Amino acid sequence: MTLDAVTSTRPRDGTVRLAAESVSLAYDDRVVVRDLDLQLADGSFTAIVGPNGCGKSTLLRALGRLLRPVSGQVLLDGRAIARTPTREVARVLGLLPQTPVAPEGLTVGDLVARGRHPHQSWLRQWSRDDEAAVAEALVWTDMADLADRPVDELSGGQRQRAWISMALAQGTDLLLLDEPTTYLDLSHQIDVLELVARLHAERGRTVVVVLHDLNLAARYAQRLVAMDGGALVASGSPHEVLTEQLLAEVFDLEARVVPDPVVGSPMVVPVRRIR
Amino acid sequence: MSATTDAAVRRPGTAAPAAAGRGLLRRRRARLLLLLLLVLVAAAAALSVAVGSRGIGPGAVWQALTDPGARTEETVIIRELRVPRTAVGLMAGLSLGVAGALAQGHTRNPLGDPGLLGVTAGASLGVVLAIHLLGVGTPAGYVWFAFAGALVGTVLVFTLGSAGRGGASPVTLALAGAALSALFYALVRAVLVSDTDSLDAFRFWVVGSLAGRGPDVAWQVAPFVAAGLVLALLNAPALDLLGLGDDVARGLGQRVWPARLVGLGAVTLLCGAATAACGPIAFVGLVVPHVVRAFTGPAHRWLVPGSGLLGAALLLLADVVGRVVARPGELQVGIVLALLGAPFFIALIRRRRLAAT
Repeated sequence: MTLDAVTSTRPRDGTVRLAAESVSLAYDDRVVVRDLDLQLADGSFTAIVGPNGCGKSTLLRALGRLLRPVSGQVLLDGRAIARTPTREVARVLGLLPQTPVAPEGLTVGDLVARGRHPHQSWLRQWSRDDEAAVAEALVWTDMADLADRPVDELSGGQRQRAWISMALAQGTDLLLLDEPTTYLDLSHQIDVLELVARLHAERGRTVVVVLHDLNLAARYAQRLVAMDGGALVASGSPHEVLTEQLLAEVFDLEARVVPDPVVGSPMVVPVRRIR
Repeated sequence: MSATTDAAVRRPGTAAPAAAGRGLLRRRRARLLLLLLLVLVAAAAALSVAVGSRGIGPGAVWQALTDPGARTEETVIIRELRVPRTAVGLMAGLSLGVAGALAQGHTRNPLGDPGLLGVTAGASLGVVLAIHLLGVGTPAGYVWFAFAGALVGTVLVFTLGSAGRGGASPVTLALAGAALSALFYALVRAVLVSDTDSLDAFRFWVVGSLAGRGPDVAWQVAPFVAAGLVLALLNAPALDLLGLGDDVARGLGQRVWPARLVGLGAVTLLCGAATAACGPIAFVGLVVPHVVRAFTGPAHRWLVPGSGLLGAALLLLADVVGRVVARPGELQVGIVLALLGAPFFIALIRRRRLAAT
């Protein structure tokens, strides 16, 4: 397998890859997301933002087929994801939950190798393609030198790179990440998001990421989706979404929005919490 | 940015063979370990046939195994006592080691052993009821009741563990197992307290022993052990994915619920068969996977067979020791295992060679 085989070959013509159609999500009787519509275009980089408990992680779980909607449906390439076999979904859509934990002693190389599972079967066991995809994912995420190290002995930033490397080896067009920067210091947050941005820009991945940090979301994503109380309240470019009015309404935050001096994306400077 | 990309494009050619080399090395090491364990099992089985409370020379042992025409007292002892006993020990050890590896993998709990899933407690209750209500009194008679109890135990644990939101998770399974085990053992004690005859029969079963296990017991449990081992080996790749968490496993295309069902089915068959054949032996299922993991790492395709082989070797060797140290009587294998195994395990922990699941 060469670089090209791992890279998405699909044209970026803006076709909808993943869509939620009037989706309602609940844990037991507690409804978390109500009647939500969302369309994610091929080759897009979307960040879902919102206050704690707004349902953004729950929505991501539904988009990744981890949670079945109580009503409505999620469509992957126009097909109901709930009726698509798990393994078929796993060849197109990869996902990383928040702070995944690797078994003690599992090496980075073995973790990344597990990303190849959807491409294997009883007839087709570990192949040269798998070996090449793993080696390449390791190199691409700069983890090749750490391949023999146990994941649990790595620093937080390295650990997150290892998981992203696994997702890369999975070779999916779509990638869903739930707060990949949790527990990382700022420079490692940047490091991880740069890596995700490169996956998007250079490997053509369609990326959906749940992020807490609004400034980082505005800097890296092309599109922001803001949620509040289980509903979608705004969607568009970072400039369209990150307004002082939205911050007040959604985050109860009085804030100024100024241009980021480095890249010009909107930057939130908080003033005080509105009671 | 372009510099990094160029480097990334250039480097795979050099990095891929290196990664392959490392992978090959790991696989070779694991294969070597399995081979060594196989030799150890063969040696332990040979010892178990050759050594007993009655001294029989190697010549007579060989004659008993190779010459079906020979019928001396010694050859009869070998064929009808020691060979079936060794076969039962082999199957029980294999089963307990493999079941332990599966149970620890599925509960993602380093203290997981098959007993955690209600199998042992269910089997104990089955045997106590068989003794108390039906007057059953031989190992071969206990087998079906132990099995029935084990099956009821796991089915209940799995049903209760799956009841809540999100289905059977490692935590709900372990909790359901602990709660039901407590309930079953309470019932066992309730029967034993009221009935001293049952207590007398039960105490020889509950200690865990291979004594008096004849060909009938071996044939009764063999099909279940075979089926359980097949299921366990099929389940091993799924366990590697479940070890990353249920969400990641699903994301990688693993169907979680069927994998848990197969794994739990295997644990029930294996641990149920072992417990039915020789009574509850807790130590093997808990400790053996930890020892094997220290050499193979967490990959279940090595861990599962390795645990089975080491479990078999350990159980047979402990049984031999039990026959030798207390001549002309014998010490039950369950006691020997705990007496010898506990210090060994503590030494391992102190050397920090052990990793969690």
